[in-house]
Formats: sequence, structure tokens, C-alpha cells
Amino acid sequence: MGDVLAARSQMAVSLGFHILFAVVGIAMPVLMVIAEVRWRRTGDTMYLELAKRWAKGTAILFAVGAVSGTVLSFELGLLWPGFMRFAGAIIGMPFSLEGFAFFAEAIFLGVYLYGWQRISPRAHIVAGSLVAVSGAASAMFVVIANAWMNTPAGFQVQNGAPVHVDPLAAMLTPAAFPEVLHMLLAAYAATGFAVAGIHGFMLLRDHRNAFHRRALGVALIVGVPAAIAQPISGDVSARYVAHWQPPKLAAMEGQFRTESGAPLRIGGLPDVDAQRTRWAIEIPHGLSLLAFHDAHAVVRGLDAVPRRDWPPVPVVHVAFQIMVALGTYLALLGIWVAVEALRRRDLAASRWLMRAVVIASPMGFVCIEAGWTVTEVGRQPWVIYGVMRTADSVTPMPGLIVPFLVISTLYCFLGVVVVWLLYDLVMRSPITSDGDGATVPAAA
Amino acid sequence: MATVIAFVALVSLNAYVLLAGADFGGGVWDLLATGPRRAEQRALIAEAIGPIWEANHVWLILVVVLLFTCFPAVYAGLAIALHIPLTLMLIGIVLRGSAFAFRSYGSSEDAPQRRWGRLFAIASLLTPLLLGVCIGAIASGRVGSVLETLNGVGTHESFVSMYISPWLSPFTIAVGALTLCLFAFLAATYLTVEAEHAALREDFRHRALAAAIAVFVTAFLALVLARWHAPRVSAGLLASSWAPVLHVLTGIAAITAIAALWVRRWRIARIAVAAQVTLILWGWAATQAPYLVPPTLTVANAAAPSRTLALFLIVLTLGAIVLLPSITYLFRVFKSSRAHEPGASRAR
Repeated sequence: MGDVLAARSQMAVSLGFHILFAVVGIAMPVLMVIAEVRWRRTGDTMYLELAKRWAKGTAILFAVGAVSGTVLSFELGLLWPGFMRFAGAIIGMPFSLEGFAFFAEAIFLGVYLYGWQRISPRAHIVAGSLVAVSGAASAMFVVIANAWMNTPAGFQVQNGAPVHVDPLAAMLTPAAFPEVLHMLLAAYAATGFAVAGIHGFMLLRDHRNAFHRRALGVALIVGVPAAIAQPISGDVSARYVAHWQPPKLAAMEGQFRTESGAPLRIGGLPDVDAQRTRWAIEIPHGLSLLAFHDAHAVVRGLDAVPRRDWPPVPVVHVAFQIMVALGTYLALLGIWVAVEALRRRDLAASRWLMRAVVIASPMGFVCIEAGWTVTEVGRQPWVIYGVMRTADSVTPMPGLIVPFLVISTLYCFLGVVVVWLLYDLVMRSPITSDGDGATVPAAA
Repeated sequence: MATVIAFVALVSLNAYVLLAGADFGGGVWDLLATGPRRAEQRALIAEAIGPIWEANHVWLILVVVLLFTCFPAVYAGLAIALHIPLTLMLIGIVLRGSAFAFRSYGSSEDAPQRRWGRLFAIASLLTPLLLGVCIGAIASGRVGSVLETLNGVGTHESFVSMYISPWLSPFTIAVGALTLCLFAFLAATYLTVEAEHAALREDFRHRALAAAIAVFVTAFLALVLARWHAPRVSAGLLASSWAPVLHVLTGIAAITAIAALWVRRWRIARIAVAAQVTLILWGWAATQAPYLVPPTLTVANAAAPSRTLALFLIVLTLGAIVLLPSITYLFRVFKSSRAHEPGASRAR
């Protein structure tokens, strides 16, 4: 493994690990606040129990998210000093804002977790809401920085160095809005369905369990609207990619040749040497229609750029197919849930619906990993699209395979521990049914 | 403008050292918990750092984003030359934070509690040591020399001379040990204020006094070793015009801290020890001003374009307006009049 590949792998592992926890940190506070508000309104102590349990889970995940985020803030320099020396002054601003948002998140999470008896109910709910708001804000700022890497702006290059730096213009790039929207919706959909799936699993055993019924309800309120809205946001994103990063779109779709009325390929595997995508289901004019809303629009293929500027096509294509397939499943499931809920059916009693929800549990997170693979691998070989190559920004230190293996081992260990702890937390759930006196364990 | 921001960086680092430093120090005392009140000591430490350690930790992030936004060359340079100790420090940060969270919110059974406690404590030891090593390496001027080599053409240096010897010397290790002792001193002194029972308070009083001696020994060692390994530090601390003032002030703070601990004036001791640590940190900054990484990168030559700096100051001001009251609120909720609320904060 060469140093550049080792550095990229380490970055991929670090980002792929962190994003799971970051996403939970964005969405979980929303669930926990909804549960607490319901408890304050109705006096139903099971909602209190739910809020406390979710807060506990959030605390574990947030802590891992915070430290793995710290790792990333260092790794940007440890692995890519060339990139940071160039880009620091340009995109440091969103990172700084993210730092402040994260600060607020950490402060109010501390207040929320430890403040149940110390502050007024209103202050406690406000603290929880501030955690949710600052979580979303910090995600927005980080994604804005990533958007700049895809559609760099706000500077000019002179003798290899940036001049006329305008940090505000660098924040308001074309990719910023579609990426932020897509990421936030993904966070709510993934977390909502992950939590719904866990409680759905328990409801398959006993659909009258009042604790899990309430949990399912809150989780779906957060997950379903986001999952239904996500395809629309996906359309916005795809059209932006088609316009601003044609090679990325071409890799996503396995489109080797430039053509008008390009077909939409579902599935398949791109063969880079033969320059064609095999075994795909082709829908005529589909891609032109989706990417440009015009059946005869010209879609630029990979042949429009030199071979050395191609991203790794099969990885991007397959990741994109996975994201779209699972995202579609979540959106359809969201519609099914919404219809059943509007018809006032008992969701928990519908075994098929619960099975579908349980299956959906990991899907949002798989989607997020696949989606980031599309964004990041699809940008290669550039670290700053069209401006700086990834290979030119790597640290001069040799032997990067060592830190890669060390960090990977560390994260494998942490991942196993977190899964085990959450499993433990879920399995210690109270067994109660509606109408039988609702016995709740005394304290968390 | 760059100078103002460099001051902000120093103030943030100062806050990190005083707040998060004490959290790391708490981990040290968790590891060294002994005697009949061992369990109570650990419980007090966990209770003291539980609500605030995540927020305290963010001061470090602030220093990092500040460096890479406003002094990108410094950030990139340090990341290259200090790759190895920084990576090790990150591992310490990751393990400390996760282990603490796992212990606090995970299973309350005995065996996993002890396991995570042990990991939390060891990681708390590792991180300050490496933080000190990195600071020592910067102060010694060796990191700056590596950067000069990288910028120069054609000089092929060995891996060891580029990536290991800049940060591994008796001096840097002494600075690492000093940092660790200072953090332990901070933590023990803060804990005398937070302890609710006299016996527990005495435990931490003894620990604080022991740490004070350790600080004195390691500081002296670092100063002596600086003669050979970091002449710039040595010259600054011994010969410059401000040196006597600094030494007198630090000495007053140190003596006040020890005397206050001796006569059990906990709050005065807390202020004095914080002042002592602050003076040591600012003393280091003074030895290398105007350099950020001596002898190459100065505040002026490493600064980002003025437009970035101006925007950063605006963002910083806005952030401070929102965050400082929030932090004050956090500390007021959890760190004031603890004694008047018996049994509170048990809702975990």
C-alpha cells in the first residue's frame, strides 16, 4: 500500500466512523426532546423513561463522536498538510463556526444530561433543544467546508498559492445548499428509522409493550418525513453534480461516452478497460431527464476528461446504486407508514409493517456511508476539485500504513464496545403493557 | 490583527490547560486512588468532571481551528514534524473520552466499571505527557529546524532526524512530566473545593501538596535541561528583562497555593494554583514571542490574509457573545453551592 492510499484509507476510516456518531448527535437530541415534551404535557412517565434512556445512549454516542471529530480536526493536517496550508485561510471559517456550534452542543448536552434535578423543566427542554439546534448547525458548517472542496470558490491561484481570499464566498458555493439539505435529511431519516427498527424488533415480540410503542411513535415522527423528502433533495443534488462535476456524475452512472438522451442505468458494474457498464438495466433517456429535466440533454461522459482525471468509477457507481436503492426503500416505507398512520391504524400491530421497519433499521446508515463514498471518491483524484490533487497534498512522512492500521484497530475496538453497550441498554428495557398499571422501573 | 488572534490562541490554550487539564489530572488521581476512601475519591472525580469535560475539551478544538484558519502554515508544519506524538496524543484523547463515557453511561456492574476506569485513568496520563512533549518540542526550536529542512531543497535527512528527534529529547520529556504534574496539581486543588466531606478534602489536600513538590522538581529539571536542549528557552527564562518579574510572580503564586493548602483556605488555593499554571504557560509564550514556531514561523509571516483574520475576529466576537454566557451557566449550574443541594445530580 502506497502512502497516498494509506492516508486516504485512514481518512476514509476516520470519516466513515465519525459520521455514524455525528449523525446520531444531530438527530437523537430531537427524539429525546420530543419524548420529554410529551412527558411534561401528559405526565406519562414512560416518556420520561424514554427521554432518559435515549439521553444515555446519546451521551455514549456523542462522546465517541466528539473524540473521533477531534481526531479528524488533527488528521486534516497530519495527513494533508499541503491541503491545509493552501485551504486553511479559505475554509477555516466554516470549521471555526462548526467549532462554536460544537461548543454549544457540548455545553448544553452537559446541562441536559446532568441537569434533570438542577434546573427548571422549561430550562431543561430549552437545553435539549439547543443541543439539537447546534448539532444541526455544526453539521451544516462541516458540510459547507466539504462543499467548497467540490465547488471551490472565493480565491484565485497565483504561483501555486491562493490570493484574493474571500472566506464568505467560499462558504456560499453552489454545492453548499444541496449537500447540507441532503445530509441533514439523511441524519434524521437514518436515526429515526434506526431507532424505530430497534423498538420495532421488540414490538414484534410483544406489540402491546407500551414503552416500545411510544418509542416507535417518536422515532417515526422524526424519520418518516425526512425519508419521504429525501428523494426530492436527491434530485436537487444530482442536478447540481451534473452541472458542476460532470466526471462525478458520469462515474455515478457508469456513463463512459458523452451522449444526448443518455439512459439511466440501474445496477450493473462499470468495466473501466472496456469503457462500458455491463449488466445494468437501462431506462432510455432516463439520465438526461433526471439530471437536466430534459430527455434529450447532453450528458458528458468520462470521455470528456483525460483518463488521469477519472475517479475510481466502479466504486462510485456501486456506492451510488446502494444509496439510491436503500434510500428508495426508506422513502416507500415512509409513505406506507404515513398512510397507515393517517388511516389511524395501529402500526405496532401490523406485523408486516414492523418487519419492514426492522429491516430498515441499518439502511439509513448504510446509505450515508455510501453517499459519502460517492461524494468523496467521486471527487478524486482531486482534493480540491480542479485545483489540487490529493496526491500533492499528502504529508511527506513515510510509513503512513502504520497510523492507518493503528487508527483502524482503535476504531474497530470502539465500534464493538459501543454496539455491545447499546445492546445492553436496549435489552434492559422495561416490560410493561398499556392498561396494566404501567409499572416503570424506579430510576434510570 | 494577527497578534490579537495569537493572543486569543494563547488564551484558549490557557483555558484548555486550566479546565481540561484538571479533567486529565482527575484521571491521574483516579489511577492513584488509594486508602480507605478509594471509592469515594473516584466517585468525586467522576462527579466533578462528568458534566463539563466535553465542553472543556472543545477549547482544544478552538485552538486547532484557530491555528489552521489564521496560521495555516503553522498548523501544517506542526502536523508534519509532530505527526507521531500528535497521533499518540489523539489516541489518548479518544480512549480517555470514550472510556469515561462508557463507565458513566454503560453497565453499572463492577467489573466493566473497573476496566473502563483503568483505561480512562491511563489515557489521562498519556495525553498530558504528550501535550507537554509537543509544547517542549516547539519551544526547543527543533520543530522549526525541521520545517526549514522541508522548505530547503535537496537535503535528504533520515526518518529519525525528521520525525522523531525533534520531539524526543530529555527536555521535551521533562516538559511532558511537568505538564502532567501541573494537571495533577490543578485537579487535586480543585477537588479540595468540591469535596463535601472533610476526610475526602484532606485526601486531596495531601495529594495537592505532593503534586506541588512534583511540579517544583520537574520544573527545575526542565529548566536545567533547557540549557542544552532548548537554549532559546533557557536564555529567555534566565537572561531576558522580563524574566525576574515572571519568576517572582510565579513564585508568589506557588507559595500562596502551597500556603493556602497548608492552612486549608481551599478557594484561595484554587485561584493561586490556576495563576501559577497560567504564568508558566505565558512564560513559555514570552520566551518564543514573536515566533509561533521558532526559529522559522512568526505571528506575522505565518498569518492568513487580513480578510480572513478580520472575519475570524468577527466570528470570534459573535461566538464569545453566545458561548461565554453559556459556559458561565454550565459552571454555575454544576459548580456552585454544591453543598446546598445534597443528593442532587444523582439522576444519571
